[in-house]
Amino acid sequence: MHVELIKNIFSVGYVDWNVRDFHSYETTRGATYNAYLIKDQKTALIDTVKAPFAKDLLENIGSVIDPAKVDYVVCNHAEPDHAGALAQVLKALPNAALVCNAKCDATLSRFFDTSGWKKEIVETGDQISLGKRTLQFIGTPMVHWPESMFTYVPEDKLLFSMDAFGQHYSTSQKFDDEVSLETAVFEAKTYYANIITPYGRNVSLTMEKVKYLDIKIIAPSHGIVWRTHTQKIIDLYSNWVVCRAQPKVLVLYDSMWGSTEKMAQTILEGASVPGIEAHLIHVRRSSLTQIATEVLDAAAIVCGSSTLNRGLMPAMGSVLTYLRGLRPMNKIGFAFGSYGWSKGGIEEVERYLKETGWDILHEPIMTQYSPAPDVLEECKEAGKKLAERVLGA
Amino acid sequence: MKKYVCDVCGWEYDPEKGDPDNGIKPGTAFEDLPDDYICPECGAGKESFSVV
Repeated sequence: MHVELIKNIFSVGYVDWNVRDFHSYETTRGATYNAYLIKDQKTALIDTVKAPFAKDLLENIGSVIDPAKVDYVVCNHAEPDHAGALAQVLKALPNAALVCNAKCDATLSRFFDTSGWKKEIVETGDQISLGKRTLQFIGTPMVHWPESMFTYVPEDKLLFSMDAFGQHYSTSQKFDDEVSLETAVFEAKTYYANIITPYGRNVSLTMEKVKYLDIKIIAPSHGIVWRTHTQKIIDLYSNWVVCRAQPKVLVLYDSMWGSTEKMAQTILEGASVPGIEAHLIHVRRSSLTQIATEVLDAAAIVCGSSTLNRGLMPAMGSVLTYLRGLRPMNKIGFAFGSYGWSKGGIEEVERYLKETGWDILHEPIMTQYSPAPDVLEECKEAGKKLAERVLGA
Repeated sequence: MKKYVCDVCGWEYDPEKGDPDNGIKPGTAFEDLPDDYICPECGAGKESFSVV
């Protein structure tokens, strides 16, 4: 099956309705691996799919054109969800040359034996004429891997943006104006928060680089194509690259016997003032994916853990390890929690927050076994001060 | 002292500024960085850098 998106440009990728775990990313709405076929005097395939769906991709291509007539296979990104099917695809398209940059070639050669492949190595500024349409290549290092690249078609003002602007969102529809915009934006935000956040600086540099391009349509390698709300998603990205904060406070916690939970609830109570959106999140009842998405545009994140075996609770360790890798910037917070006969957990939480690069507002709030009224008063006051700081910022 | 750029992500090491967040004082030449120095932006090793 294929869908003609614009005259002679076809969507031939795969809709993975049932995937729910994408290397720890909880894909509640499934995912798509988009591939696009441009039919012209020369025909080009833009990206492929995950290896198990190579057959589906080839069937889709075959429903548009004789596979022997495909001249180019452009690889914008070497990650296996887009390049995994390359070996099978190139074998089935006997006359096609792989088009990619030198870094991509080097990366692909770690995944495949590429020695028999026909290749055309391109770099930023190079272009290939297909006839009526042109493919222009723009290197976009670390958006999202070192070899990442955009392919631009000036005749349609169309940008094949690889992972950038993507969403894990399986639908039968192909365009932003055919689905709920709220859902598409939510999934784009979730995708950004969980995949792109560490590369904000490189996304900014790339957006500067492509500013001179007239972009009407953005066709990412996951999810729907932006054609009506293109400027909206570009504007949202310019907020996300700096993790621009809403007046939002998150209280993340895990608790053994309710002491840390009581402290968390009291901090939340203190922070719940007009103008502040405050959330209480038990880390064992929420996914890493949801937490990272909430963190992206939060101003303050406080993290609490009971002390277990002289360390922090394992689920909190998992959340903080994940966030430390994502490095969302411009956040403030502090650590809190409880301990019994030995300390350790709360200090570990604080260490993580520092390593993530967040501003620590004050010393951790700690209590032994169960919070006495004075500790709860301290929690409430800390919540209130946090809210004031967020509103004043 | 020469500036170096990370070939993976494009981050630039400026010896005049050093990398204070990672314990490298201003005025440290790239050649004098420890062997296990990594790019603060993407984590690539010292061998991934080249002279600007």
